[in-house]
Amino acid sequence: MTLHSVTIPKWGLAMEEGMLVHWYVEPGAQVAAGDALVDIETPKITNTLEAAETGVVRRVLGNLGDTLPCGQLIAVIDDAESSDDEIDAFVSQSMAEIAAQQQSAGGPSIEPQIADVGGERMRYLMMGEGGTPVLFLHGFGGDLNNWMFNQPALSAGRRTIAFDLPGHGGSSKNVADGAVASLARTVIAAMDALDVGKAHLVGHSLGGAVAMAVADAEPARAASLTLICSAGLGGEISRAYIDGFLQAKRRRDLQKTLELLFADTALVTADMAEELLKFKRLDGAEDALRKIADANFPRFVQREGLRKALAASPVPLLTIWGREDNIIPVSHSANLPGRLEVLEGAGHMPHLEKASHVNAMVTEHIEAAG
Amino acid sequence: MQKKSYRQAVNEALRQEMRRDPRVVLIGEDVAGGHGGSGEIDAYGGVLGVTKGLIGEFGADRVIDTPITESGFIGMAAGAAATGLRPVVELMFVDFLGVCFDQIFNQAAKFRYMFGGHARTPLVVRAMAGAGLRAAAQHSQMLDSIFTHIPGLKVVMPSNAYDAKGLLIQAIRDDDPVIFLEHKTLYDTETDVPDDAYTIPFGEANIVCDGDDATIVAFSAMVPRCKAVADKLAGEGISVEVIDPRTTSPLDEASILESVERTGRLIVVNEDNPRCSMASDIAALVAEKGFYSLRAPVKSVTAPHTPVPFSPALEDLYVPSIARIEAAVRAALSDPARIAAQ
Repeated sequence: MTLHSVTIPKWGLAMEEGMLVHWYVEPGAQVAAGDALVDIETPKITNTLEAAETGVVRRVLGNLGDTLPCGQLIAVIDDAESSDDEIDAFVSQSMAEIAAQQQSAGGPSIEPQIADVGGERMRYLMMGEGGTPVLFLHGFGGDLNNWMFNQPALSAGRRTIAFDLPGHGGSSKNVADGAVASLARTVIAAMDALDVGKAHLVGHSLGGAVAMAVADAEPARAASLTLICSAGLGGEISRAYIDGFLQAKRRRDLQKTLELLFADTALVTADMAEELLKFKRLDGAEDALRKIADANFPRFVQREGLRKALAASPVPLLTIWGREDNIIPVSHSANLPGRLEVLEGAGHMPHLEKASHVNAMVTEHIEAAG
Repeated sequence: MQKKSYRQAVNEALRQEMRRDPRVVLIGEDVAGGHGGSGEIDAYGGVLGVTKGLIGEFGADRVIDTPITESGFIGMAAGAAATGLRPVVELMFVDFLGVCFDQIFNQAAKFRYMFGGHARTPLVVRAMAGAGLRAAAQHSQMLDSIFTHIPGLKVVMPSNAYDAKGLLIQAIRDDDPVIFLEHKTLYDTETDVPDDAYTIPFGEANIVCDGDDATIVAFSAMVPRCKAVADKLAGEGISVEVIDPRTTSPLDEASILESVERTGRLIVVNEDNPRCSMASDIAALVAEKGFYSLRAPVKSVTAPHTPVPFSPALEDLYVPSIARIEAAVRAALSDPARIAAQ
């Protein structure tokens, strides 16, 4: 194949369409894999779609301001010198295929599933097949959708599973004592329930501490460890964020608190805050969050010190941090074994703000670990 | 999350609270649907099918069909609430308030106050409100202002399925009498509604969309119409904030005042008649507490001061239309002060 279609991606479960807000390329432009093609806005977040292949952009099929469904063809990249006729034929064929797919009930849509873990409900999203699975563990107050820009990219050629940690998202609101150690026990039980023997663990913030605790308790089951702006490596944690998140009842208050997470605060949308408020209003959600905060960040100081366990761990480690992290300072990344990458222009959510960089680093790390 | 209708959302809230708390009971005309006769049970599940299926799960002891005697069964529900149950009583059409107003405003609303805080009245009165179903003058009113006027009552007007579920669960768990007005034309509208139980606190407005040029405060079935106007004007570069207070009592004054402070322009949209209404109430609130923020006269878009007409053509003119709302926003934006500033 010498021609490659570029389509509106599906970022996260709720995304049905995206709006084209900025084209970086024009027809005729030479692009390399990883180059920015277009900014796409969804109600929740705006992200840059990058080229998956190297070649020449031969067609750009959407105008700025167009809102198009996921899967819609928006550009064609050519890595040979195809004729215009060949490209026109390719475009009409792709359009027909996409239309047929959309008619057959929207194609194979990926839905989260529920696992029974020790009598409690645990929601997870599985993508891809084969290889050693990758497990994604989100941070405090997050859910499996936090990995919407990462999980699809890492699912090429391997199974990936993103969990809702206890108390979060669609999982049961029973968090036992709320401590990292018990969250880790639940994750291990969930791995058992899903027949995951060994996995690459990717954890963000609180999920990073949980990933470390899993690797510490069961080193043989951790193929590799990736920590993103992780908890468990030092005392400081932003009181403004933790307290603000717990207290916020109104969308605008929560929106201001969420801005602390990002280097580019424009990424925080009304819909993002509204979705989180919907989670906080669920029966038991606030109690669960408070319990987790009290157990792990009493008086807004982190209790769990996992640094020592990490130093002695045989599991290969990659640490990623945003230079402008306002929640857990980047200084916590110092003096760790393994590779460290500090990303400029990113805050506490580098996997959302600098998704392609993070995806490339994690892919390299887990491929090296095997 | 699954899309559910407003009707399903109300049904799910009732079902989940009845499962959670055995003190929750349903009382009303046709809530079971069979008038007690064999073979007809659950035939209706309420006149518009909102309580359908509940008698099958909870039985006739907890889903109680009543005779057409609002004064009797509303009074019974108020007494049951004062003595330990958590009744959800259905007035069917809110227009029937007339025959049981004493039980609501002079009994249920006064218990806590007159018994020195020792009595609790966890009563929810559900009722269908609003025009649009060609149901004529005695079955089409809003009447939200009458309830809002009474201290001791909380008044809830959900505008979408998500809010309907969360506000009804909140109402059932509240220890005071709550009037819950369901707009008839919203029953088939759908939004994402979580399967699990959740609550939306009273007195917290929903900012439906953010804007800087004008503020619309709207209730119930007027909210989607105002959102449509805001979407249309956004295409012209006019940014309109739409606020749905969700409850008229308590009222989220802070959200309204904060918004008008930024926009300087207020349009209140409500389907109720205009005199002594939420439209005049919010206009007065902003005149008293936000006068110096205003850069144009307050506009209100309401029904006229007439009964709801039976003629379909006239009924459509009676309910505030998208065109009337849009015209009011444009009028607020085209006042001399704005033109002089440009």
